[in-house]
This record gives sequence, C-alpha cells and structure tokens, in this order.
Amino acid sequence: MTAALEHPSPDRIEEFGRELDAIREKVIADLGAVDVDYIRRVLKAQRGMEIAGRGLLMLPPTWLLGTALLACSKILDNMEIGHNIMHGQYEWTGDPALNGRTFEWDTACPADQWRHSHNVVHHTYTNILGMDRDIGYGVLRMSPDQPWRPYFLGNPVYAFLLMVLFQYGVALHEVETERIRAGEISLADKRQVLEEIWRKTRRQTLKDYLAFPLLAGPFAPFVFAGNLTANLVRNVWAFSIIFCGHFPAGTQEFTVEETREETRGQWYYRQILGSANLTGGRLFHIMSGNLSHQIEHHLFPNLPARRYAEIAPQVREICERYGLPYNSGPLPTQFATVVRKIVRLALPGRAV
Amino acid sequence: MFTQTLVRRAVRSPLAELLLGPHGPDRYTEIVNPMWTSETRAAVTRVRRSTPRSVTLWLQPNRPVTWRAGQHLTVTVEVDGRRHARCYSPANVEGSALIELTIARHDGGTVSEFLFQNGRPGLVVGLSGPAGDFALPDRCPSRMLFVAGGSGITPVLAMLRTLQSDGFDGTTALLYYTRTADDACYRGELVDLGVPVRHVYTRDQAAGDLTGRFDERHLAAAMTDPDAVFVCGPTTLVDAVRRCRPDAVAETFAAPVVAVPEAPGGGRILFRDSGIGIEDDGRPLLEQAESAGLAPQSGCRIGICHTCTRRKLRGAVRSLTTSTVSTADDEDVQICVSVAVGDVDIAL
Repeated sequence: MTAALEHPSPDRIEEFGRELDAIREKVIADLGAVDVDYIRRVLKAQRGMEIAGRGLLMLPPTWLLGTALLACSKILDNMEIGHNIMHGQYEWTGDPALNGRTFEWDTACPADQWRHSHNVVHHTYTNILGMDRDIGYGVLRMSPDQPWRPYFLGNPVYAFLLMVLFQYGVALHEVETERIRAGEISLADKRQVLEEIWRKTRRQTLKDYLAFPLLAGPFAPFVFAGNLTANLVRNVWAFSIIFCGHFPAGTQEFTVEETREETRGQWYYRQILGSANLTGGRLFHIMSGNLSHQIEHHLFPNLPARRYAEIAPQVREICERYGLPYNSGPLPTQFATVVRKIVRLALPGRAV
Repeated sequence: MFTQTLVRRAVRSPLAELLLGPHGPDRYTEIVNPMWTSETRAAVTRVRRSTPRSVTLWLQPNRPVTWRAGQHLTVTVEVDGRRHARCYSPANVEGSALIELTIARHDGGTVSEFLFQNGRPGLVVGLSGPAGDFALPDRCPSRMLFVAGGSGITPVLAMLRTLQSDGFDGTTALLYYTRTADDACYRGELVDLGVPVRHVYTRDQAAGDLTGRFDERHLAAAMTDPDAVFVCGPTTLVDAVRRCRPDAVAETFAAPVVAVPEAPGGGRILFRDSGIGIEDDGRPLLEQAESAGLAPQSGCRIGICHTCTRRKLRGAVRSLTTSTVSTADDEDVQICVSVAVGDVDIAL
C-alpha cells in the first residue's frame, strides 16, 4: 500500500461490510418499474440522438450539431447504457434487450472480452498490482510500485495516445501485450482473442468510415470527419472519466500478498480505498455513466447505476464513522492530479 | 402489410445490419412502435368483461401465429419492471387472425391479475408458443364429450368452435364446472353454439344442472358412452375424469405449489444439460457443479461479475448475497452465490 493508513480492526471491517450489505439489500428490495423506465428513457434518447446526429452531420450547416449529437449518443451507449447493462445491473428485469450477457456496444472492444477483462478481472482484483490490468492498461506506469524502466519516460506520450485512441486501447485489453512483451505468453496464444477484436473493429470501422460516408454521396467527407470527431470526443471523455476513477491523488494500490484470503468486508474496504468519485450535476452523472460514483459502483457493481446517487450520502457517512477516506472532487481537479501522476511516474522514484 | 414486409426486408439486408449494428434493427424500430420488432408481440385490440372475475382480450399479433385448438400460447407481461410469463389457451377458432384469450384472476396470479387490471386496447404483450398436446385428433369420432373446469373452458371452447367451423356433423356435449353461475364465462356463446351444456356450480350446488363433484353420474347425464372425452381443468377434476375414463385426453393448468423448505441441503440438484443428478450438500451450486466434474464458466465467485449466471429451470434457490429466494421456473441465477432450497434443476 502506498500511503500509511491505520487499518480498522478485523471485527470492525466486517461490521463495516455488514452495513454496506444492508444498503445493497435495501436497494434491491426497492428495484422496480422506475429503474426500467429510466434506462429505457436513456436508450430512447441515445437512439434518437444517434439517428438525428447521423442525419444532421451530413450537411455543412448542421455538421457541428450532428457531430455533437453523435458523440453524446456514443458516450451514452458506452457508459450509462453499455457499461452498466453489461454489469448485469438490469438482469432482474428479465428483458432480453437489457441482458448483460448478450449486450453488444458501439465501440471497438468485443463485449464478451470486456465482460471478462472488466467485470471479472478489474472488479474482482481492483487496484491489485499485477492483477488489475486497468492499472496502466499494460502500457503506462500508474503506480510507484511498478518498477521504473526507461520505457516509462514516454508515459505522458503513451497516455495521450491511449486517450485519443481509447476505444482501441480498451479493445486490445485482453491481448495482454505486456505479458507478450515479457515473454510469458506468445502472440499465437492470443490468436482467437485477436480474431474477435479484428471482426468487431472491422465492422465498426466499415460502418463509421465507409458505409455511412458513402451513403451521404458528395457529402462523404463531412460524414467521415463527423464520425471521426464523434469517436474522438467519446474516447477523450471516457478516458478522462475512467482515469479519474482509480488514479487521482489519494487512491491506493495493493499487493497480491496483502489481499490474499480477503474477507467480504476487506474486499469492500479495498474498493473504497482504491476508488474516487467526481462531483457534478445530474447531467454530468448521466454522461459519465454514473462512474462519477466510482466508489458506490465498485462496492455494488451490479446495482442499477442510477441508484448510486441516492446511496452515496449513506456510504460517505459510513466511511466517516469508520475513519475511512472518501475521495471525491470535481473533474478538473481530479484529472489534474491524474496528469501530474502520469508525468511524475515517467521518471524514476516513488514520489508522486 | 406490404409496406411492413418491405421495411422488414430492407432492415434485414447485410448493409442495414452493418449500419444498424451492433444493436440491430429491432432496437430502433421498436422505439417508433413496440410492435415493429422481430420478436413476436401482440397488441390488445378489444376487451370484454363478461364475468366479475375474468377478462376477455382480443390480441393482434405482429406476425401470423398459428396454433391448434386446445394448445396454449405463452404471454409475457412486465409487472413493476420484471417480466412474467404465463400460458393461456386461445378460445377462438384455430387459424383466426386475432387471438382471443379469457383470463380468470386468481389469488397470487401475477400475470392474470396484471391482465385483469390493465387489459385495455393498446397494451402490448410478448407472445411465444404454441405448445401443448391437448388437441383434437385428425379424424374426430362421432360422439365427443368435453369437460371443462373454470378457465379450462378456453381450450375446450376453441375445440367446439373449430369443430363447428369445420362442419363437424357428429354429436358433442359439455360438462362445465365453475364456482357459481356468475363465474361461467362464455355462457351466451355456448348457447349460440348449440352444444348441450350441463352447468355444475361447486359453490352454489342447487343452482346447477347437476350436484356434487364429477363422477359416473355426471358422465352419464352429459352423454352416454362417448367415443372420446376431453377434459381441461384443475388436477382434481382431471383425476376424477381419468378414474371413469382412463383414455380421456387431458390438460391441467393449476400452477404447481412450490413449498420452500427452511434450510438448504438435502434436496436433489439436477444439472439437466449434462444429465448429472447429485444430492445437495448446501454449498453454492457452482461449487457443487465443479465437484460433480462439470466446468461451468465462472469469474469473480463473489456474485458481482455475472459470468456464471445460469438458467434455473425448476425449483427454488436462495441468493447468499441478497437473501432473496427465487421460486419461479426459468429464472436466471448467479450460481456462485446461490444455494438450492429443495430440489432444483439447472441448465448446465
């Protein structure tokens, strides 16, 4: 662990875990039509914006508006809709359109691979160095506990590239390039994974950069540029929100040793120490897929995300009572600390 | 209909699939109209309430649905955000464009209560099926007796109406059991059909044509020596008819009562896809499946990632993370945090 923190006693941690369990049970007992109506409204808005956006960006006078709508649609599709549905947050509804195991999203990463790399790996082993591959995505040095190598001098450059190409970075997650580079596995071991990524990425590319532009005839360049911009905006936004979830100043990483034989209470404890929230208005929370409530999301990844806002004060109050940090701040402040960390960790040493 | 077919063709072309991917055409068309989807759905077009405890709905499906008189369709509705499904037998002539369903409300019947309360023109429901072996033979014998109990009248009426529309020239008769005279749906329609009906009212014996429960006496009063007997109703009625006529073609509709034992362990777990049955030792289903030599997909093993989610086909399981008990058939459960409560069948 990077910062010295007095751990609560084991009994106290379990007590703390039971209080969190109680919050979840209360929300689960209350789930109903209001939650389904909400996600369907978001789906409707996303599809409406997608259709309107794709139409409007074909013509120069409305290009900017259309591109903005398409970008919003992609952000909603990936975050409030795709990410949350694929967590199984709406599986209790029995609606196949909201089924987390079959949902596919409008981004380069195949949904099946995401379900493994995110739901299983990242959410189970959150912030455990060497296990949670979201720490640096296999290309960045995001923790002082990662040994420095000259390669990391390019940390800010890699981070910038990851930001603008974020959908491809996410798509390549399951390839585990750092293990290939280390010689632990060979490229041939990842053949099937690569084939799936290729199929999904090819479809997405054909759609945004060939089929829709051709459909616009003489206005093809506008459509091409609009789709490129919308994808870029989504990439930068998603990267910013996601990197603010676990890397702002104050979040902690863990070692495999200290998390071995973890109890449920300790698991909750780790989720809180390793996550950070973003403050903002209702629209901001929706556009961030409620990942602005990263702490609540990591405690209860399969509760409908719209519920995080209502339980956040309760979680915060529990944290205060147990003397645990509750890391929260506005996006610009939190993101600045992330950038600082990326730049600082390009150089050797442990200080951040 | 032509435009609909044209639109359907267009949205299923490879180019459209690419343009509308990855969500597919349905996810866009259903926003405009919930009936424009490749899933079978039906809209209520007409509603009639002829008895105090039932409602009759006429449904227009978004694609032709064919069923045989006596078979049932599965109707799916959403109640407080959750989908629930229940089987109902159409009551009209087989091959009709509209589907006529009569729904009797009963205590604890989620779908029936919902349809009784909310059945109005414009309501869209999900449809699947048909299913069921309760049907007329290809060649009908000349003397056929029908026995219906409660809402068991619907498949029987479909059969009687289909026989009439096919120009059946033999003899038919109906024994019809309901609680009271008010509960007898389709009283007028039965008169119009011209089929001799004997009404029995289980809670108002004196008002009926016959008294008591079904026995030889009722059988003789309805039709002497029928060539074939068809019965649809609660298990008790079907059993009584089968005692007199073991050859009766029968259908029961009573929902099985799921008794949930207090503690896990001791029941029987059947992994149905692999045909492996084991005795429940109380551990989560995932662990027991693995001990039985199966290798189901799994991830976090603490109930958060949903990788291990499987369909529970039958029986009850309790979630260790939420303490909720799932008793309905065909529900998805996270097997890493679910323990069996009594006998359970899992699709694994």
